[in-house]
Formats: sequence, structure tokens, C-alpha cells
Amino acid sequence: MAGSTLEIKDLHVEIEGEEILKGVNLTINGGEFHAVMGPNGTGKSTLASAIMGHPKYEVTKGQVLLDGEDVLEMEVDERAQAGLFLAMQYPSEISGVTNSDFLRSSINAQREEGDEIPLMQFIKEMDATMDSLEIDKNMAQRYLNEGFSGGEKKRNEILQLMMLKPAIGVLDEIDSGLDIDALKVVSQGINQMRDDKFGCLIITHYQRLLDYITPDHVHVMMQGRVVKSGGPELAHRLEAEGYDWIKEELGIDDETVGQKA
Amino acid sequence: MAVETHLPYDKQYVTEYSEKRNEPAWFKDIRLKAFDLAEELPMPKLEKTRIRNWNFTNFKHDVAGNHIESFDELPEKIRVLLGEGVEDRNLIVVRNSDVAYAKLSENLKGKGVIFEDIFTAMEEHSDLVQKYFMQDGVSVDENKLTARHAALLNSGVFLYVPKNVVVDEPIQVVFWQEDNEAALYNHVLLVADQHSQVTYVENYVSNNEEEETVANTVSEVFALDGAKVSYGAVDNFAKGTTSYVNRRGTVGRDATLEWALGQMNDGNTISENITNLMGDNSLSHAKAVTVGRGNQSQDFTANIRHYGKASEGYILQHGVMKDRAASIFNGIGKVENGAAQSNAEQESRVLMLSDGARGDANPILLIDEDDVTAGHAASVGRVDPLQLFYLMSRGISRKEAERLVIHGFLDPVVREIPIETVQTQLREVIEGKVY
Repeated sequence: MAGSTLEIKDLHVEIEGEEILKGVNLTINGGEFHAVMGPNGTGKSTLASAIMGHPKYEVTKGQVLLDGEDVLEMEVDERAQAGLFLAMQYPSEISGVTNSDFLRSSINAQREEGDEIPLMQFIKEMDATMDSLEIDKNMAQRYLNEGFSGGEKKRNEILQLMMLKPAIGVLDEIDSGLDIDALKVVSQGINQMRDDKFGCLIITHYQRLLDYITPDHVHVMMQGRVVKSGGPELAHRLEAEGYDWIKEELGIDDETVGQKA
Repeated sequence: MAVETHLPYDKQYVTEYSEKRNEPAWFKDIRLKAFDLAEELPMPKLEKTRIRNWNFTNFKHDVAGNHIESFDELPEKIRVLLGEGVEDRNLIVVRNSDVAYAKLSENLKGKGVIFEDIFTAMEEHSDLVQKYFMQDGVSVDENKLTARHAALLNSGVFLYVPKNVVVDEPIQVVFWQEDNEAALYNHVLLVADQHSQVTYVENYVSNNEEEETVANTVSEVFALDGAKVSYGAVDNFAKGTTSYVNRRGTVGRDATLEWALGQMNDGNTISENITNLMGDNSLSHAKAVTVGRGNQSQDFTANIRHYGKASEGYILQHGVMKDRAASIFNGIGKVENGAAQSNAEQESRVLMLSDGARGDANPILLIDEDDVTAGHAASVGRVDPLQLFYLMSRGISRKEAERLVIHGFLDPVVREIPIETVQTQLREVIEGKVY
């Protein structure tokens, strides 16, 4: 098995009646790292949220398939159990639920009843993963994301990614708010996940993340669509020249979603 | 429907009841005066809860309860409250109006600790009980219900910890209303003398889903100078019980009083928790949780009054409302003139689980002193869909995600309950009430 395949076909998404995604097409295979880039306001985070089933986003047209299964028909928890994971840009704070209890519940939710992860094994794995992400040990007993700094929240998302080992990971602006040292640590964690089964969709508007994680495919989003795709060299050109040359190619002035043609 | 507002018991009954119990004259006197006051005084005034149709008069007053020889005689519901190691626990089990079981370790007896039912205490330590009983804590003449409490008192516990004695093991009382119509007019008198320390936990349990009765309970807690008292409670009266609960603290210089209250009654409830910070550098945390369900209506007041300089009071109330339950949460921080450098903080939060439920948080700060710190936070809201999305995105089902959010919401108070088995049991009560 070469892992799972996530197919996004002609995806249209609205938020509060306004269309944000206007026909996105993307296919991510197990073993591949895809980067979706683009300036702010072009629909990147909407794509990530819609794949996972964020309650504010309404899919009006198109398909999302995981190994041929209709993801859009699934509840959010079923999507996770099918193998999807979203590292969120703004993870919720949940008082009274410790990070460690949450993680264990999450892992057990994806295992059969009666096959729960043994406590000692869980603690060992969590400790080792926290060490590799240079996370303070007391974070395990703190309430989920409550009072976490921006950097701590991002590391916590990657901790969950590494512990839950999904088939397809979607990382929404995982680099925003991280200083360079934290960025390196987080990137190392993501790189550790790389194997021939794990597929990853990395959403960013900074090229600098891609200095540490080399994508196999790079896509540029503007006006709610993927307007250009290429290999790692596309990221390098964007780093050197910015986005203006793409806008020129396409003949557009404003790359954001709200623009009427 | 007309509701009977007069007691089915007369003054003659109260006199005979007192004589039957061989009570000291001073107490019989309080009862009879209280009986007259109860006729005249008005019901307690609640700003936002209507109690006119609540049952305060239909109940059986004098119901005996058998002594137990073994804990096996207790129903499962009571045994889970006691947990492991109960044989060694300093414990009183009250069954209806009688003591079914009582134990205080020889060690604590040797140190002068008194822990007995209030009628025994009135016989054996009459002066001590008289000194504190409804004098500086709750007064007989506050309203009709406090007066009825004194007139009809049928149960209670006296706990006295002498100067400098530190009681390490928690002390527990279970009030079990085995008879579905038995009323509980219960008085807890807890005196922690100077520089002593004690942890006390009480459970109230009944099973009267259909039958109506009344619980009118008063706790008076005195933390004298330098003393430290932890007071935990799980109130779990069934639907048929109308409850009037008064918990009152008096805190001396450098003393601490910590309340952790699980207010889990299923019937209509008025629950008032007032702490008077009399001494300089006194401190109190008043933490309470509740879950409202069915058609029940509840009125909660947490009130900390600052008299001593540099006194600190922290109120934390969290409530979950479902079905058509209605609850009012009053948080009152009062700083008297002269209580300089005091800090009065409060937080009341209500989580609504259904459209028919009602919750209202009223934060009140009354400050008569310039040099103080004070703050309040209050909110009434629903379960945040983004929190559910986040939890579910990790594979957790909607039901389990809601459960986590609700338990998490109540946990800051639940984990403060002193005895672990009671804490576990409170979590189970919450689980049972929420689902």
C-alpha cells in the first residue's frame, strides 16, 4: 500500500453566503508533500477548513474524496477516523480538559473499543514526542491550549499530528507566529512524518517554511482557485520574485477572493 | 393550584419534640421563640426567582432511622459515596433524623476533637454549642425559613477542632433521607479554633422522585484566627425535595475558609453561601458548580463580605443548564469601609445546553472603601461550535466532545472537592444529570 489519496474536485465553498473557493482541484497521494501558497485572502485556509468540515463553511459544489470515499458526507469525527488531520491556524482553548487526556481520548477514538492504548505506552510515546518538539513537560497537564503562547499552540498541533499519525495531514499556516528556532523544531517534526504512506498538504504564505520542508509539489492560489502548479522550483521563484509575475500572467490586478471579474 | 403556606405542626408539637429529645432549656427556648417568629416573618426575598408556588409545608417531620451494624446494610447509592477504607474514616451517617453510624478515631478524640450529632453535642458540650449556635452566623430571625429551621431542627452535626490541632484525615458526613417524605431540618456547626486545620465533606442524598418534602439546612462555619477550613459538599436531593440551603462562614484573622460546593439537587432550590471575612488577612474561596435539568428552578447566591484589612475573597460559580431548567447566579462582593487593601474577585459562568433553559448571572460589587482591588466576570453562553469542531477533528464523537467540554467547564470546582471518592461521585452525578 502506498498510503491514501485525497482528491479535491471542483470545490466551491461559501461562508455566510459569500463564495470563497471557486473550483479548486488538487490530488494528494500518500508519500507526497504539497505546498499551497498564495497571498492573504486567496482562500487557502478556507480550503483547509472545508476539507475537515468546519461548521462555518458550506460546500456548494464539488467533491472531496479520500480513497474514493465521499468525505463531505462524513461527520467531522468520521473524517478524522478515515485518516484526515487538520493542524489548525487558531486551535480552540478548552478549559478543564488536560492536553494529555485530550490526546489519549483522540488516540482511543481512532482505535477499536477494547483496544485502547495502554497508559504506560501512551505516556512513553507522548514524552518522547514532546521531547523531540522541545515542549515543556508540564504542558501535558495543562488545559488544552489554555493560556498557551502562539508558538506553544503550533507545537501542540504538531504533537497531535505525530501522535495520531494520520494518512493525510493538512497543516494550516503552521509557521505563522513561530520564531526561527521554533520553526526548525516544528519542521523537523513534520519531516519525521515523511514516509511513502503519509501525504501532506502544507498551507503557507511564507516561503521560509519551505526552506525546512521541501515540498514535492507547489500550488499557488488566487481568487479562490489554484492558478499555478509546479515543483519545488516554483517556491524558489516565488521567494525571489514574489507573486506579481503570476498576476501578470493571469492578467489580474487583485488576487483576493472578493474581486468580481 | 393553591399552595398550603402554614405548617402542619403547632407549638405544642415543637414543645413535645424538644422534651422527647431531652434538649437543654436554652435550646427549647430558641425553638419556641423561633416558632413564633416563623409565624410573623416573611419568606426570604429573592430578586429574580418566584417561590410562591414552591412546597415548604408538605413533609413528615419526625422519621426514625435504624442504626447499621455493617456498611453492607447501606444501599449502593450510599456506599459509593463512602468508597474504600470507610472503616477507618471519621464519619457520621445520618438516616432520616437519626444517626445510623458514627465514628471518630481515638487519636482525634485524644486531641480534644468533638465530632458528634448535634443532639448529643447539646447534652455533652452544651456551653460550646450554645456559644455558636445561630448567634454570629445565621440568625433565627432572618426570615420565615431560618426561623422554621430553628423551630423544627431535626438533625445536625457538631464538629469542634481545638486550638493548634491539625486534622489530617478528612471528616465526612452523609445525610441520607431514606424515607421519601422525611424532611431534613439539618444544622451543621463547625468550629475550628485558633490555628487548627480541618477538612470536612458532606453529602445529601434522597430518592423522592414523586413524593414531596422539604430540606431546610443551615451550616455555620467558624474559622477562628489562623485556622484553615476546607468545606466540601455534594447536595443531591431528588426532584421532590424543595431545598433551602444556608451555608455561612465567619473567618478570623489570618484564617482561611475554602468552599467547594457541588449543587446537584434535582428539585427547586435556594442556596445561599455567605462568608464574612472578619479578620485582617483572612481569605476565602467560594467555589460552586451546578447542573440544572427538567423543570427545576434554582437561585444561587455566593456572597463574600470583607470587614478585615487585606482580606481576600474569590467567588467562582459555574453552571450548566439543560431542558427547561432555570437558574439565577448572584455573585456579591462587599467591601466594608476600613477593609483596606482587600481584594474581591468573582466569576460566574453559565453554559446553556438547550433553548428552553434559562440562566442569569448577576455580578454585584458593593465597595465602601477606596483602597481595594475588585473584579468580576460573568457570561451566559452555549457550547462553542468551534470547540466541538476542534475536538471532533481528532476523531472524538460529538457526544464525547460535548461531554469533555461540559466536564471541563465544571472541573475547576469539581477537583477542589476534598475527598477523592466524593469527587469521583460528583463527576458521576454530573454525568447522570447531563445525559
